[in-house]
Amino acid sequence: METLDPILAEHPFLRGLDQRHLRLIVGCASNVRFDAGQTIFKEGEEANQFYVIRSGKVALQIYAAERGSITVDTLGEGDILGWSWLIPPYNWHFDAEATELTRAIALDGKCLRKKCEEDHDLGYELLKRFSNIIHQRLEATRLQLLDLYGTHA
Amino acid sequence: MEPMLEVELSEDRVAVDPMVPSLFAVTRIHRETRDTFTLTLEPPEGNGGFNFTPGQFNMLYAFGVGEVPISISGDPGDGRLLTHTIRAVGSVTKAFCGLKKSDSLGVRGPFGCPWPVHQAGGKDIVIIGGGIGLAPLRPAVYHVLSHREKYGKVALLYGARTPNDILYLRELEQWRARFDVEVHITVDHATTAWRSNVGVVTRLIPRTSFDPSNTIAMICGPEVMMRFTVQELLKRGVESSDIYVSMERNMKCGLGFCGHCQYGPLFIWKDGPVFSFDRIRALFAVREIRR
Repeated sequence: METLDPILAEHPFLRGLDQRHLRLIVGCASNVRFDAGQTIFKEGEEANQFYVIRSGKVALQIYAAERGSITVDTLGEGDILGWSWLIPPYNWHFDAEATELTRAIALDGKCLRKKCEEDHDLGYELLKRFSNIIHQRLEATRLQLLDLYGTHA
Repeated sequence: MEPMLEVELSEDRVAVDPMVPSLFAVTRIHRETRDTFTLTLEPPEGNGGFNFTPGQFNMLYAFGVGEVPISISGDPGDGRLLTHTIRAVGSVTKAFCGLKKSDSLGVRGPFGCPWPVHQAGGKDIVIIGGGIGLAPLRPAVYHVLSHREKYGKVALLYGARTPNDILYLRELEQWRARFDVEVHITVDHATTAWRSNVGVVTRLIPRTSFDPSNTIAMICGPEVMMRFTVQELLKRGVESSDIYVSMERNMKCGLGFCGHCQYGPLFIWKDGPVFSFDRIRALFAVREIRR
């Protein structure tokens, strides 16, 4: 039977993590799947997970009155979905919808928060890795704001 | 020192008098997006076709309005017709937009250095376009796909403003349907009706399969997009000498005489428009000459 240890150990997000920390993380992990069109989470709901996407595609959306849902980003294989589990008040700030059949590993944020409080080395390792993701997403968002392909006449 | 004109006239790629345009006739006008269209042009009778290499450009002349450099966007394997994709943003390009079938325009060229499609044999190819920047890359795509067996993995990454701004949509779909090329398209803004990628084109690079130590990357788009794309490729491990970018500057003579196309110590016409990144790395960092 396939276990989650080797999959998580090989994932770029967790690569290089020591075995003790990896075991703690695997203890909070489970396999999940979402059908195309299925909502993964909604803005305002409690954020108690993050996801390592193994396959498929997820749209991050903001709902705006009169414009409906607007997709602001899409995530795919290998991407990490969700960091609101790490930042109080632990609520999702966007909607997430699977736009095609998506398989992922869900990590229990409540469980991980508790382990991070007990083991600050684990907390620091996770925070470093999430900071890198937040940095990449922020940079990409700033480029999106530039309207690179507009005429600017 | 010999006069520069004599030196340049001795090169095969320059016509007998490179300042005199040839008269081409419009055979087809295809609207690609709201502000972008593709002109198919027929060379003058008895001219024997039009040969070029991927990445080269022509000076196109709208009579009574002016002349602008436009990249060739057609198939280099088909020398019967000449194809240019043009975005109507200025007086000359807007004049081209108003052309009808059988109308004429002036063509000088082809000019410039090509994409390194020949040096890339045996390597993985990553072609990255942003907006209208896909047009100068399309001849390279045609070349690579028609000589597919000569290359390793081939990937085409394309970023556009919105789904309505995607160029060559039908062709992109055809290329995506092939099993021997990886095609990813993303847009900066979209409604939920768009079920594909949203986000900047640089986000596609980590999702693409290629061997960074044996890859040639070709990039064309706005300079700020190319800067961040280069950074992402370097981060992935591609050597700066294996990354090629196509630069754009205003041009007048198209022959390097007038200096309009100067880029630091280089001239886009003579030394470019395609450069390996290691050659212009220092210039890329100079804010005063950025566009």
